Amino acid sequence: MVSTPQPTLRDRAWSAAAAVPDPELPMLTIAELGILRGVELVDRFVEVTITPTYSGCPAMAAIALDIERALHEAGIENTRIRLVLAPAWTTDWLTDEARAKLARNGIAPPGARGSNCLFDNTPVPCPRCESNATERIAEFGATACKSIWRCTACREPFDHFKCH
Amino acid sequence: MATTSIAVVDDRLFAAVLARADDALILGHRLSEWCGHAPMLEEDLALANIALDLIGQARLLYEYAATIENAGHTEDDYAYRRDPHQFRNILLVEQPNGDFAHTIIRQYLYSAFAHAFWQAMTSSADAALAAIAAKSVPESAYHLRHAAEWTIRLGDGTEESHRRAQDALDALFPYTGEMFAIPETETDLIVGGILADPATIRPAWTASLDRILAEAGLAKPQSTWMQSGGRRGRHSEHLGHLLAEMQILPRSYPGAIW
Repeated sequence: MVSTPQPTLRDRAWSAAAAVPDPELPMLTIAELGILRGVELVDRFVEVTITPTYSGCPAMAAIALDIERALHEAGIENTRIRLVLAPAWTTDWLTDEARAKLARNGIAPPGARGSNCLFDNTPVPCPRCESNATERIAEFGATACKSIWRCTACREPFDHFKCH
Repeated sequence: MATTSIAVVDDRLFAAVLARADDALILGHRLSEWCGHAPMLEEDLALANIALDLIGQARLLYEYAATIENAGHTEDDYAYRRDPHQFRNILLVEQPNGDFAHTIIRQYLYSAFAHAFWQAMTSSADAALAAIAAKSVPESAYHLRHAAEWTIRLGDGTEESHRRAQDALDALFPYTGEMFAIPETETDLIVGGILADPATIRPAWTASLDRILAEAGLAKPQSTWMQSGGRRGRHSEHLGHLLAEMQILPRSYPGAIW
């Protein structure tokens, strides 16, 4: 065969799936978060592979439904969602653009990519005034992926997307 | 759809996976009992978040158990349609919440073990278990830090908080032996590199306890007598009450969805 429509379908499916926003962090897409791991054509199905952020992330079912709806709206039928655990999701997969978006939305992004930021006590700058004079109020916040902080310079409380 | 209990196969790997799933589910359920009742809003969120992680880990393990068993059972069947004697969790995790100190000390004793256990399990010869372990390591690291910080705060706090933390430690310490005991059915799995050898986990657990309890000003109980029975399905009466509450809805309304 000289050409097939498959690459086009796969690319269209990727674009549709990649644009799905995260239900709990709607300023980010599932592609930017690293939840979307792949889109392949398997046995006449468009197979979308996703991975959970946390084991108990309650958003996974909603994300799977949102992907199916997005593909349907893009005119793509015969879809299936595959959940994989390995390699385990890490905040290292957040793109730089995703980190910038978090900060613009008042959420301090996780530590630098590739760093061993879990418990290394590097300062978490305030997403509003960029001061390093911040302190952790609570390890666990409104969602599994966030902790609660406050800035002692501008006195604003803020969420921090935890290193993982 | 039957309301009756299910029977499960007798298989060593299946039983070992089910036991770890039961640990996570029962402790996760216990912590969820604090939802709306914790001493402060931040702790309400924290305990609910940790419960969510543990129930998530339990679901992954039950799903894997279902593929091993290959009997058409689902994660819900294991959680909702087994009787107390079919659960294989260690007795520590079914102990009642008690006061906040009991909950925190129970959580610390378990988390210090679980973090070391999952770290060791990332190199399991079983790829599915290694993948679940890799998910669980960072989660259990946060659980451990949370519980350790509270253990120090309570132990090194007021006279009242110290007394309650020490009481909790004295009461719960005899339940820690089960974490390191090796059921006869698991020796082959350890030799085969599928399950981590508890003997290799104990040093990390002991080191954590020595450091945190010293900082908390709490005395490590010297008693060497340990409770046992959970891994054989012999439970305290508390598990029956817990399951009655956890299972009543799916058993009363079989197949109900929402």
